Amino acid sequence: MIHADNLHKRFGSVEVLKGVSLSMQKGEVIAMIGPSGSGKSTFLRCLNHLELINRGQIAIEGEVMARTDEQGHCHYMPDADVRRICRKMGMVFQQFNLFPHLTVLQNIIEAPMTVKGIKRDEIIPKAEELLHKVGLAAKRDSYPARLSGGQKQRVAIARALAMEPDIMLFDEPTSALDPELTGEVLRTMRQLAEEHMTMLVVTHEMAFAREVASRVIFMDHGLILEERPAEELFADPQHPRTREFLRNML
Amino acid sequence: MDYLLSTLGPLLQGTAVTLQVFLVTIVLSVPLGLCLALLRISRYRIVGRLVNAYIWLMRGTPLMLQMLFIYFALPFVPVIGVRLPDFPAAIVAFALNYAAYFAEIFRAGIQSIDRGQYEGAKVLGFTYGQTMRRIVLPQVIKRILPPVSNETITLVKDTSLIYVLAMNDLLRAARGMVQRDFTTTPFIVAAAFYLLMTLVLTWGFQRLEKRYAVYDE
Repeated sequence: MIHADNLHKRFGSVEVLKGVSLSMQKGEVIAMIGPSGSGKSTFLRCLNHLELINRGQIAIEGEVMARTDEQGHCHYMPDADVRRICRKMGMVFQQFNLFPHLTVLQNIIEAPMTVKGIKRDEIIPKAEELLHKVGLAAKRDSYPARLSGGQKQRVAIARALAMEPDIMLFDEPTSALDPELTGEVLRTMRQLAEEHMTMLVVTHEMAFAREVASRVIFMDHGLILEERPAEELFADPQHPRTREFLRNML
Repeated sequence: MDYLLSTLGPLLQGTAVTLQVFLVTIVLSVPLGLCLALLRISRYRIVGRLVNAYIWLMRGTPLMLQMLFIYFALPFVPVIGVRLPDFPAAIVAFALNYAAYFAEIFRAGIQSIDRGQYEGAKVLGFTYGQTMRRIVLPQVIKRILPPVSNETITLVKDTSLIYVLAMNDLLRAARGMVQRDFTTTPFIVAAAFYLLMTLVLTWGFQRLEKRYAVYDE
């Protein structure tokens, strides 16, 4: 589903990704963990074109989005192709990024209508079904400002799902939430995983990573230091940095 | 009382001229200002710089001077020189000038929208144009209503500048009568007319603000 090969990313003189590669199969749930500033979020954002890579190759479902030639120059496909490829991925942000001027329902139907040209009458039943699934059917006509953080994030998940992505990217989805609200968001994500959605989750929730992820990736200083099945990595971390990180987290 | 009533006819005629200049200027300068704002923030630096220079020129010289230039000097400018009658000349000056002010208001509004909104739209597949139309600009409107209201009210009063082209707007009609009849009554009536026009605008903008108050950010 996702093939990222040797991604390099610099912000000015700071090298945030120093050659990160990832291969992801359909139905996999991968958790990316690591200290702040290790490059996990940047990696995720490179996958769906929110950041541009300086070197490396990205292919989504076999379609190349960016590649690097022999001279080391990185080339992206034309904008329209990149947009089409990126539509296979949905994304959930730490800060939700709901549209404050639209109601919950409008937030969900806006993209299918504007981007895919689906008729309002056709998309509304599906949007309501999604709202029901994330447990927010009653909030259909509320504006985002009236929702709690956990509710906002569940709307954001429903909004992403309305575009019927094959892959869901989560960028620290619970980091901006009060501890008692993270549970409801994690439950929704767990439910998605049980439905075999392909998910790549950057998270600080170790319990979630251990229980839901099939594979866990530990990143530090722009490199993947360890990448193993969840139970193995948590039970017996190999790299000293992983051990240190997990000791501090748990 | 009879005198007061006799002033109404000419003053109403003047008001009609004032309102025409006002309305045509709004209709032209708001879209033009929006275009300028979008060009100003465009990724092509040179375009942004040109717009910046334009705004500097328009805000940095008196509107009256611009109007006089377009009416008297433009006909002698090579290539683009045209001779415009008084009403079009006034409109061109007002529209170009107010577009510069509106452009700055729109730009500030657009730039006040959080980057997360663009990213949220982008990952859903919106193009830049769709993001602007459906996500950013609707939120910008709410934020810029107060300064736009200010600017619009200022425009009502600025229209009195067209007297320099010898056009009979509300203020010039009043002044004509004051000088003819040696009484200041027409000034007071004219003031009442201006107040009435700005009152209507104030109400209108208050209603708009209420309508946009249904959501918080």
